[in-house]
Amino acid sequence: MTFDDAASMGLSHDEWELILTRLERVPNQCELGIFSSMWSEHCSYKSSKKWLKTLPTEAEHVIQGPGENAGVIDIGDGKAIIFKIESHNHPSFIEPYQGAATGVGGILRDVFTMGARPIALLNALRFGEATNEKTAHLINGVVAGIGGYGNCIGIPTVGGETNFHKSYNGNILVNAMAVGLADNDKIFYSAATGAGNPVIYVGAKTGRDGIHGATMASAEFSEETESKRPTVQVGDPFTGKLLMEACLELMAANAVLSIQDMGAAGLTSSSVEMASKGGLGMEMDLDLVPVREDGMSAYEIMLSESQERMLMVIDPAQTETARAIFEKWDLDFMPIGAVTETGRLVLKKDGVIACDIPIDPLVDDAPEYDRPHDAIKPLPVLSARDVSSDKSVTSLLVELMGGADLASRRWIYEQYDSDVMADTFAASGGDAAMVRVHGSQKGVALSTDCTPRYVYADAFEGGKQAVAESYRNVCATGATALAVTNNLNFGNPERPEIMAQIVGSVKGMGEACTALGTPVVSGNVSLYNETDGEAIYPCPVIGMVGTIDDVKTAIGAGLTGTGKSLYVVGQADDNDGWLGASLVAASLGYGDDYAPPPVDLAAEKAHGEFIIQAVAGKHILAAHDISDGGLLVAVAEMALKGRQGADLSIQPSLAACFGEGQARYVVVADDDTALEAAAGAACVPVMKIGTVTEAGSDGFGELKLSGADTISLSELFALNEAFVPRIATA
Amino acid sequence: MRVAVVIFPGSNCDRDMMVAIERITGRRPQMVWHKETGLDAADLVIVPGGFSFGDYLRCGALAARSPIMEAVLDHASRGGAILGVCNGFQILLETGLLPGTLVKNKGLKFICRSTNLQVQETISSPFTSGLEAGSQLAIPVAHNEGNYFADEDTLASLRDNGQIALTYVNGPAFGPSNPNGSAHDIAGILSPNGRIMGMMPHPERAADPDIGNSDGLIFLKNAVEMVAA
Repeated sequence: MTFDDAASMGLSHDEWELILTRLERVPNQCELGIFSSMWSEHCSYKSSKKWLKTLPTEAEHVIQGPGENAGVIDIGDGKAIIFKIESHNHPSFIEPYQGAATGVGGILRDVFTMGARPIALLNALRFGEATNEKTAHLINGVVAGIGGYGNCIGIPTVGGETNFHKSYNGNILVNAMAVGLADNDKIFYSAATGAGNPVIYVGAKTGRDGIHGATMASAEFSEETESKRPTVQVGDPFTGKLLMEACLELMAANAVLSIQDMGAAGLTSSSVEMASKGGLGMEMDLDLVPVREDGMSAYEIMLSESQERMLMVIDPAQTETARAIFEKWDLDFMPIGAVTETGRLVLKKDGVIACDIPIDPLVDDAPEYDRPHDAIKPLPVLSARDVSSDKSVTSLLVELMGGADLASRRWIYEQYDSDVMADTFAASGGDAAMVRVHGSQKGVALSTDCTPRYVYADAFEGGKQAVAESYRNVCATGATALAVTNNLNFGNPERPEIMAQIVGSVKGMGEACTALGTPVVSGNVSLYNETDGEAIYPCPVIGMVGTIDDVKTAIGAGLTGTGKSLYVVGQADDNDGWLGASLVAASLGYGDDYAPPPVDLAAEKAHGEFIIQAVAGKHILAAHDISDGGLLVAVAEMALKGRQGADLSIQPSLAACFGEGQARYVVVADDDTALEAAAGAACVPVMKIGTVTEAGSDGFGELKLSGADTISLSELFALNEAFVPRIATA
Repeated sequence: MRVAVVIFPGSNCDRDMMVAIERITGRRPQMVWHKETGLDAADLVIVPGGFSFGDYLRCGALAARSPIMEAVLDHASRGGAILGVCNGFQILLETGLLPGTLVKNKGLKFICRSTNLQVQETISSPFTSGLEAGSQLAIPVAHNEGNYFADEDTLASLRDNGQIALTYVNGPAFGPSNPNGSAHDIAGILSPNGRIMGMMPHPERAADPDIGNSDGLIFLKNAVEMVAA
């Protein structure tokens, strides 16, 4: 092997030199492949690690923070929620159905590997603009792929978010989040234990698919992307289901000591991580690995990313129990090696040593870069006085609600089975999704969020805002937010302006997570999201988890209660509003180069806690957070969901109707006096904005705004529903 | 009253059905693995939804040939009551216990949403006899292949014999009332003797008053009581 070989696997010259120093010799192809995968951006987080370490990861309810297959939090009653989000961006652009499907399969394995039965799936998707020729093909494939895996394996897909923007034309984002439930004293970890214990390969056979996928995911896209199709893995949700049931049965039988999913970099990362975490070594005979095709080399077996496979260390006394469980589920169960005390990874193939390298350097010496980053430049504030439009607020509302950013995502989420497991209380189309902890009254609230245009304009405020919006979505149901997982999607970190986005948004996220009491317990980083030098809009997605003691007390976003009053919580008057980086400003040609709404974290916390109290005290019947599009959009969404109308008394100004100031909610008060008294006691500003009106004969109501035209909600509904089906069938 | 629920490796609505039946009878139904060959004198056998063997071939085709289905066929030949839901319906069609077939949805996409069902006037059957003809039930569907298809003669005989049990009708749910393009808006059918029923909607997912919809519970409770009667 030479430096040229190393470079073709994505290693730098310094990294090549470091390998030579550590090995004191030249690596063979298999060894070099193992180093390049473990040191890839995807596996080593070498560009982001310095900043990820600054995130808050601890709290009393955190059982396991970042570093395991997924994060674990205690939710009381002896139960734990295990969750993580992960990207599958590059594969999904190359092969949308399989890329998205295996993204779901991979994140589900991360969760059940730790002993949890998955109970919910969410996603965060970014596609190019509607007019891009590839968008229809990509959205059809990705949505079918997510559904294809989740629907078959029988885990409900309950929430998510989707945006369209031209910066994703050549590089879509597909992030999948899985949430599982376990007993908090039965959580399984990956650290190998006990020299001499058998190492078992279970699940599907190994093929030549996905070889060097982790390395591909760590490079930019170019014209030759199509030639990378063979690096995309193929998913088999049926085998995934068998593997999930078999693993959970094995864990219930107490027959497993440590277990690790074969995800990115396959057998390489699973064996190295298990051995490294246990401070041990591992020896494997690759001739024993169940393979799909003949003649696979050690290099190919170690770097294959074939799906639905696991590596386990089991108690030797339990081998037959374990084997019987896998036979019941018709899965391969093959002892392929043993844990050793050597601290080395030793692989045999065709009776000879194919690899003999120390494990420590693969993990501990993985490079960590402090890449240069530009300073964030302050952007001008867009004053409401400087923004004007010939259009009325009602026509602007219709335009926004019928457009890419706010149109209904029903065409997407109706392709996902959201009801299987029969514990779904609220799925897509509201604020947070809500699933019940099976056999109890407890509800788990879940949301995924990011507003890339804010992050693009100001990475720090945008990073804060992603956390704040997710927090609001959880609070709006009445649930208490507990912890987050994050998925950092950015361009090439070797460019200082991209590195500035990473640094800024991680700082913002960290500050928000600390202030809101929601530590980061797991996550994933996806860099090099560029095509031919064009970076995506930065997209640090937050996946938030919260709980509510009695799921029946949770509320939704749909208007309810004819004659009841509508209030904005978090705002005292409607004389001003934040228009910079807002949707309405963009639609009027102001672009994204103005300061986005600042996030006051103390206000977010105070207002969120007030909403939770108001739900518990039954002061409010419905709540919806104000985010994209502002107040008037929030009310319109509540009206469409609840099939009732509203009579509003807010000023018909751009700032009042469409300003995107943060820390606000629209609520329906059960009793005005009680709500105002509670708000006064909590020192939270509230503003009465109108009343709920009844539906007409068409099943919808009207949205009346004093001093402006009345909007027919049935017409608005039709427009709001039309956009996604139209672009998907283009 | 004994209820048995058949489990294939890719079944994924077996637990939901078990919970719903237990809610009605107060007893956990017998859960029967597909490799078993006996049904333990069950009065009502339920084949639940899911993806039995992955359904990469034709939905339900492999499941229809598994060991437990011999016992299900015996049960049928003795006039035993059988309910197939979603993939279970597809499996009953593959075994020939019910006529016709289910093809890909008209929109060519998986669809998960609530549907409004109307109970039809039928031959004597435990699945419909306690329900009022013309009454409606809101029960969700979730499937890729739920488009019921049969030749004109079969459809005519289903109609003339009163074997159409449930049809999709207009209601508050968004989208066309018939979600998948089924002939005659068929959502569920009966065998000629009324003892076997297949349906695409999932009653076990609308069987919990806490979730806010118990129309599926009404359907299942009636079936359990009428089979026991």
